[in-house]
Amino acid sequence: MNAMIEIAGVAKTFTLHNQGSAVIRVMEGANLTVNRGECVALVGASGAGKSTLMRMIYGNYLTASGSIVVGGVNVARAEPRDILALRRDTLGYVSQFLRVVPRVATLDVVAEPLLSVGVDPEIAKSKAQALLQRLRIPQRLWGLSPTTFSGGEQQRVNIARGFAHGYPALLLDEPTASLDAENRETVLTLIEEAKARGAAIIGIFHDEAARDRVCDHAIDVTAFVPEAQ
Amino acid sequence: MTPLLSVQGITKTYGAHIGCADVSFDLYPGEVMGIVGESGSGKSTLLNCMAGHLVPDAGQVVFDTRSDGPRDTVTMSEPERRMLARTDWAFVHQHARDGLRMNISAGGNVGERLMAVGARHYGQIREVAADWLDRVEIHEDRMDDRPTAFSGGMQQRLQIARNLVTGPRLVFMDEPTGGLDVSVQARLLDLLRGLVRKMGLSAIIVTHDLAVVRLLADRLMVMKDGHVIETGLTDQVLDDPQHAYTQLLVSSVLQV
Repeated sequence: MNAMIEIAGVAKTFTLHNQGSAVIRVMEGANLTVNRGECVALVGASGAGKSTLMRMIYGNYLTASGSIVVGGVNVARAEPRDILALRRDTLGYVSQFLRVVPRVATLDVVAEPLLSVGVDPEIAKSKAQALLQRLRIPQRLWGLSPTTFSGGEQQRVNIARGFAHGYPALLLDEPTASLDAENRETVLTLIEEAKARGAAIIGIFHDEAARDRVCDHAIDVTAFVPEAQ
Repeated sequence: MTPLLSVQGITKTYGAHIGCADVSFDLYPGEVMGIVGESGSGKSTLLNCMAGHLVPDAGQVVFDTRSDGPRDTVTMSEPERRMLARTDWAFVHQHARDGLRMNISAGGNVGERLMAVGARHYGQIREVAADWLDRVEIHEDRMDDRPTAFSGGMQQRLQIARNLVTGPRLVFMDEPTGGLDVSVQARLLDLLRGLVRKMGLSAIIVTHDLAVVRLLADRLMVMKDGHVIETGLTDQVLDDPQHAYTQLLVSSVLQV
């Protein structure tokens, strides 16, 4: 099988217990397949459910019904420890926000995904250095915690962390937002390299030119919004 | 894979009042589980039942021992359980003074745990103690000072060194960062995360601080009135809480 990510009949509801137990249906009948070496863009207006679907694939949001199979694991039904193993070995996620333990040096933040799959610390460190260099994070910042960095710098640290380990599947939420032209070019090259090594990628790009360049096709999630809300 | 700890139907009542009721879960090697809930939700009662400090009214706490495989620690003999508590388990108290001997030196506090499992060579004990003080960022020249002369954060780090020196496989932590300054908390969290990964520890952390569990715990259990009301991956429970109480808990956190 060439499919790395297979989403079938997925639905999502939110129940707001503290607001009159309102049940909000946000998604129904979502279907999507991503093959190895392929990049699929999620498109649709703001609020249509692009990030929601991405978070469900990562196991960050629960799935009400349907299946989300990533590398053979059905995230919609899997036990926490199976999802943790999937996230460690197979599925990477570059979110829009960097969330790290305070005081941990940038270099260690980037090397951490490698260390957790058992890569030798020296090799992990040199890979992290190479990525930070490519993403133009000045070397004098490597020993500092990224929590104090600018938005664009944090975004690049997040990308470096997401690309450090060669995940077979990657989720990218606005990877080129808040980047200058040079860094945007680097990130697009990183995505192309990941595709070339066979990674299946799902991305959200508001940057249309970037989307057209790296994505093989686009899925409009508006089609998954339930009717008659 | 065999769970390191398998908790089945743990119930503890205080007269008519429920401490915790029918709690069951499995913890696998290398996993860190957080237990959250407000004061009185039963999370500390549960932790103390698991660690052998309280005898549950019903249920089993099955631990995968090194020598005999899975054993119910509730029904094992007191000496056996004490030996387990000294070797394979560690318990980090909220108040460092509950877990330290305040009238002996920092080095002595660490060395005592080693001697309890049979270490006798003074030079070696001192060397291991010095190494552990270094790992928890306590300078060697403070080794002969008593913990009474330490700050709260240092006392907590010393307690962690004392607990981990014997290479336990399971660590129980009761509000490990409670009562510490935010900057000291961050340092301690960083330290704990590093130690958990390097030593392949499993841990159960009881706290009411959701930020602490987000950074430290893989899985989360939410308790209310003695019952487990929600479990799951930590980030999933915090970002997509299902139960009314969890939603309230998550939405009540002040954003910084």
